[in-house]
Amino acid sequence: MSERIDDVTCREIVEAITDYLEGAMSPEDHERFERHLDECVGCTRALEQFRATIEVTGRLTEDRVDAAQRANLLRVFTRWRSGGPGG
Amino acid sequence: MDPTELTVTASDDDLDLVARLRSGDETAFMSLVDRLQPMMLRVARMYVSTATAAEDVVQDAWLGVLQGIERFEGRSSLRTWILRIVSNIAKSRGQRESRSVPFATLAGDVGDSPTFDPDRFIGTGEPWAGHWSTVPHDWSAIPEARLVASETLAEVRRAMDALPPMQAEVIRLRDVLGWTSAEVRNALDISETNQRVLLHRARAKVRRAIERAIEIEEAS
Repeated sequence: MSERIDDVTCREIVEAITDYLEGAMSPEDHERFERHLDECVGCTRALEQFRATIEVTGRLTEDRVDAAQRANLLRVFTRWRSGGPGG
Repeated sequence: MDPTELTVTASDDDLDLVARLRSGDETAFMSLVDRLQPMMLRVARMYVSTATAAEDVVQDAWLGVLQGIERFEGRSSLRTWILRIVSNIAKSRGQRESRSVPFATLAGDVGDSPTFDPDRFIGTGEPWAGHWSTVPHDWSAIPEARLVASETLAEVRRAMDALPPMQAEVIRLRDVLGWTSAEVRNALDISETNQRVLLHRARAKVRRAIERAIEIEEAS
């Protein structure tokens, strides 16, 4: 870090990471954000850590549906079908 | 007034599924149950006090889905439409249970912690205040296999389970299930800003959990 970059602090930058990733910033803020990153190793790594976090979270899988609930809903469906239109 | 740009309309897959449901296709129904039931239960659980009550809500919601399927017009995605039915039933039941949870509690935005620990930054009054005193580690140097090791994933899961309900649901829908921000906003009936804040808070905590898992491994 050579010179004070703009007036944005790293502490402020990290709070705006998701705004940046979501493309929710004004063009001016977007540019300030990227200007800061160009000069700041810490914030570049913080952004990378967020990207990695999203990637890791994406490896989780959704829970399985409980067998009893499944059987129950199948009954709901068959009952609806026998009484409902087109059944 | 044109709210359509904010919404996601039904896909061809959705419309195909709807047609099969209307014709009484049991396989189509059960595949939808397998896909949506877990998140329907979690959404219901935000508003009612017990797991059993949530199951009742979800069962009623499925019946509502079947009874309303003829009226589905495809102006939202099917899953968004279904989650709205769940949250409507759950909300009204929650009120009857007099468990009308304040949004702030669900969202966890009361006294929530900042993205990185404040002590990682230079304190006020000093030169370079608010800039890093402890620079984050370079995770790109970590082999991917270690980043997604089962121990790390277990930590992530624990961190997700500990999140306030709305944060947990937003990060699950966005980052686990890959929903778009527009869909999440519609399904959970929250604003764009709220969605983003909840997502950020949730990701920040999951990031910490990963950091902890990696550091424990480095120390051992």
